[in-house]
Amino acid sequence: MVTLSYPRILPAGDTALIVEFGDAIDVEINARVLALDRLVAASAIPGLVETLPTYRSLFVVYEPLAVSYTELSAALDRLLAEVPARPVPARGRFWRIPVVYGGEFGVDFAAVAARLDLGEAELIARHTAPIYRVFMIGFQPGYAYLGDLDPSLHSARHEVPRLKVPAGSVSIGGIQTSIHSVEAPSGWQLLGRTPLRLFDPTRPEPFLLATGDKVRFDPVPAAAWDALAQRVAAGESVAE
Amino acid sequence: MSAALRVLVPGPLTTLQDGGRQGWLRFGLPPSGAMDKVALATANALVGNPADTGALEITMGPAAFRVEAGSTRIAFAGGEANLTIDGKPALLDRSHSLAAGAELRLSLLRRGLRLYLAVRGGFLAAPVFGSTATNLRAGIGGFAGRAIAAGDELPIRGGAIAEPELRLPFGLAPPSHPRLRVVPGPQTEYFTADALATLLSAEYAITPQADRMGYRLAGPRLAHAKGFNSISDAVAPGCIQVPGEGQPIIMMADRQTTGGYPKLATIISADLPALAQRRPGDKLRFEEIGLDAAREARRLLRDWLSQLPGRLLPVVPLIDSERLLTANLISGVTDGSSS
Repeated sequence: MVTLSYPRILPAGDTALIVEFGDAIDVEINARVLALDRLVAASAIPGLVETLPTYRSLFVVYEPLAVSYTELSAALDRLLAEVPARPVPARGRFWRIPVVYGGEFGVDFAAVAARLDLGEAELIARHTAPIYRVFMIGFQPGYAYLGDLDPSLHSARHEVPRLKVPAGSVSIGGIQTSIHSVEAPSGWQLLGRTPLRLFDPTRPEPFLLATGDKVRFDPVPAAAWDALAQRVAAGESVAE
Repeated sequence: MSAALRVLVPGPLTTLQDGGRQGWLRFGLPPSGAMDKVALATANALVGNPADTGALEITMGPAAFRVEAGSTRIAFAGGEANLTIDGKPALLDRSHSLAAGAELRLSLLRRGLRLYLAVRGGFLAAPVFGSTATNLRAGIGGFAGRAIAAGDELPIRGGAIAEPELRLPFGLAPPSHPRLRVVPGPQTEYFTADALATLLSAEYAITPQADRMGYRLAGPRLAHAKGFNSISDAVAPGCIQVPGEGQPIIMMADRQTTGGYPKLATIISADLPALAQRRPGDKLRFEEIGLDAAREARRLLRDWLSQLPGRLLPVVPLIDSERLLTANLISGVTDGSSS
């Protein structure tokens, strides 16, 4: 087994590179990613196009005709020296998100409960207990990857992805849990759904969640869905 | 009265695409934009637009449009198809000024996969997150965030056109390379040592599962060394990611911004426009390139594009396309030794 030393910089083609801080889903690693992201945003590196913070790495898009890979790596190395070993995670906002679990709203809910040998009430209790951190927005517009999922709930993805998973689905994929933002294919296990829209291009704030935000799921009965969905459609916020 | 194009036949997938949107990866929005940016720039140059102006990306054809109210100048670039204007054959590699009522009809593409239709001044579409590029999955950009449909009226930012029509010089072609050049990584360590060698030596076919998000390929299996579930991270343009069954997927303009499949190599930016014209069934070969050489390839293409507007020629009315198509251009034959 090769022992890797972090952080390390890797090319991702000729117009992007990746600064990796580790190979784990970890609050401290994610906080270091965000700390470098803020330093890069405040820097005046020529040729910088945009950045994308992920669980454990910062993706940096650049114009190679304005700055070479070598020059950019050197500039990032200098910024890396300023990243604290244990940055204080940014506070972020706190969201309580209503979720209807099971039935038509979470078509995998019963099967996941059975496979994990948990009662349905217990599965809901374990999924709603943690305050999750938004580690990454990606995959689709506004799609939120959350951690840390209770290890007793880890569930493999479907071998064949579903072609249409509704927006607002709350799911488990391996050791991650997430909220889906738009209707799209997905292989993740669908536990429930929120009427909330993580992505709505017509809203003043089109993207609801940001990396570093905290999320807690609020179980609501299926009977409450229609009223909640109407309030969301009317532009009202049903999250707190 | 400002001009507009009425969609008579939209084709299987026609969307408005421009240079793409930048700065929204962190919110999960890919750049989108034209798959073949060289063709986009060429069509725009022919009508006097900046290179990244939004144009219709017509996939495969056939398609047909009618000019409604006002007049406009149009040009096509990218794939090859038969074009008629008001029923008469017309050349693709030049601009055409059209009055209200003119009808454009394009056949199925006989070469390439995407043909761009640019109009003088561009289409009138509101930028969403800084771009008019259509992203179907997000439902944004272009015309109402969707592909165009029969009956749509596409408004044009028009204006009077006095300059001569422009055409491409014969034989003008962008820099090209027979193989797709790749920079290894960023996750070669997730693969066996053989995987990269296999990618660089074998032939891969584009499967029918090829769209604006990505091209699934079929060929020799690329073996993972330590499973195929990496922690989801960013997906670069041209990224070659490999799911569990070992068949590569090339990520394109509408790709997901992050993904968890290991990423073996990344196709360089200069080779993506040509790839966008390859069809399902086409065979692809790859070769390794260093970052300095990749940068030179990008510079070469950028220079070619920046020189393009200056290399276009005016269409001389006396030998316009119609005459060329009907005239007898040979006035005599020699055996080649008398000259």
